[in-house]
Amino acid sequence: MASEMDLVPGITTRREEAQNALQKMVSKGLGWARKYSLFQYPFVTACCGMEFMSLAASRYDLDRFGAALPRFSPRQADLLIVVGTVNCKQAPILKRVHEQMADPKWVVAFGVCASSGGFYDNYATVQGIDRVVPVDVYIPGCPPRPEQVLDGIILLQKKIQGQPHKLIDRLPPALPGQG
Amino acid sequence: MSKAVIDALRARFPDAVNDAYEGVGGDDVAFVRKENVAEVCRFLKDDPALRFDLAPYVTAVDYLGVEPRFEVVYNLFSTVHNHRVRLRVKVPEEDAVVPTITGVWRGANWFERYCWDMYGIRFEGHPDHRRLFMYEEFVGHPLRKDYPLRGRQPLVAERDVPDLYRGPGPAGRD
Repeated sequence: MASEMDLVPGITTRREEAQNALQKMVSKGLGWARKYSLFQYPFVTACCGMEFMSLAASRYDLDRFGAALPRFSPRQADLLIVVGTVNCKQAPILKRVHEQMADPKWVVAFGVCASSGGFYDNYATVQGIDRVVPVDVYIPGCPPRPEQVLDGIILLQKKIQGQPHKLIDRLPPALPGQG
Repeated sequence: MSKAVIDALRARFPDAVNDAYEGVGGDDVAFVRKENVAEVCRFLKDDPALRFDLAPYVTAVDYLGVEPRFEVVYNLFSTVHNHRVRLRVKVPEEDAVVPTITGVWRGANWFERYCWDMYGIRFEGHPDHRRLFMYEEFVGHPLRKDYPLRGRQPLVAERDVPDLYRGPGPAGRD
């Protein structure tokens, strides 16, 4: 169906441009807000947890990067930190925890076991949690130094800043009579 | 001290206990016939001169290619007399059933479940005969020597990731 709007493409493009520019600004602002308020869910399964405690405690102080509060409910978290070995028996639990987290959500594989299975190349261990959940940042090390983890968190923050964010990120509600 | 233990065992169970020898670390080791494990253990625990009140470790060994294939090993310790003894029980593959000792030491419960989980040795009369480590859906017993080394049985669908380190391997390796 042709309308007079099709005859003046310049105006619509300008409007889209303006919307895009606004959207970019909103996205930048939301990215800034989100990267500095990472509420983490520590999925601690193994010895890397000791290093995670060191990281969260006052000497290295993850709080400086805005990822201070561990939420022990995945529904309140937006950063899943998988710390330690995940075996086949635990993979469904990890998947479920990830599914329960609300969008937007990010995942960090903390340590070599979470990243690739580590030296547990055997019958029981998942060879990297990226086989089960999507991973944003991999932090190597057995266990990684807290500085490495901070580096990983900063990388994640850069990634979050670069991602597109929307103010209202959901499908419009279905109107009555539509489907 | 543990020489006396073996002698007492021999005197009490002349056909059930045999081939005693001194093992690594000075502990005395004896082979016990499979059918008599429970009563030998009961005797070791209740006899006032022996008083083995602790079974710190019960495990199994898979000697693939040797007949009988399996062996269940009971490490026993007496906190009263401070002596140790190790009992070895040969278990054939076709009849991998051993009488339970959970009636003697309740702590052996999980060790026997471990042996069932990892080696597939059943313990007759065990009160809670489930797997200890692996999940119920798991097929086979992973510490058996003929279980594939990387025989993973994932519970959830896993994304296939190419193995950049080892390259393509034989089909079904993972």
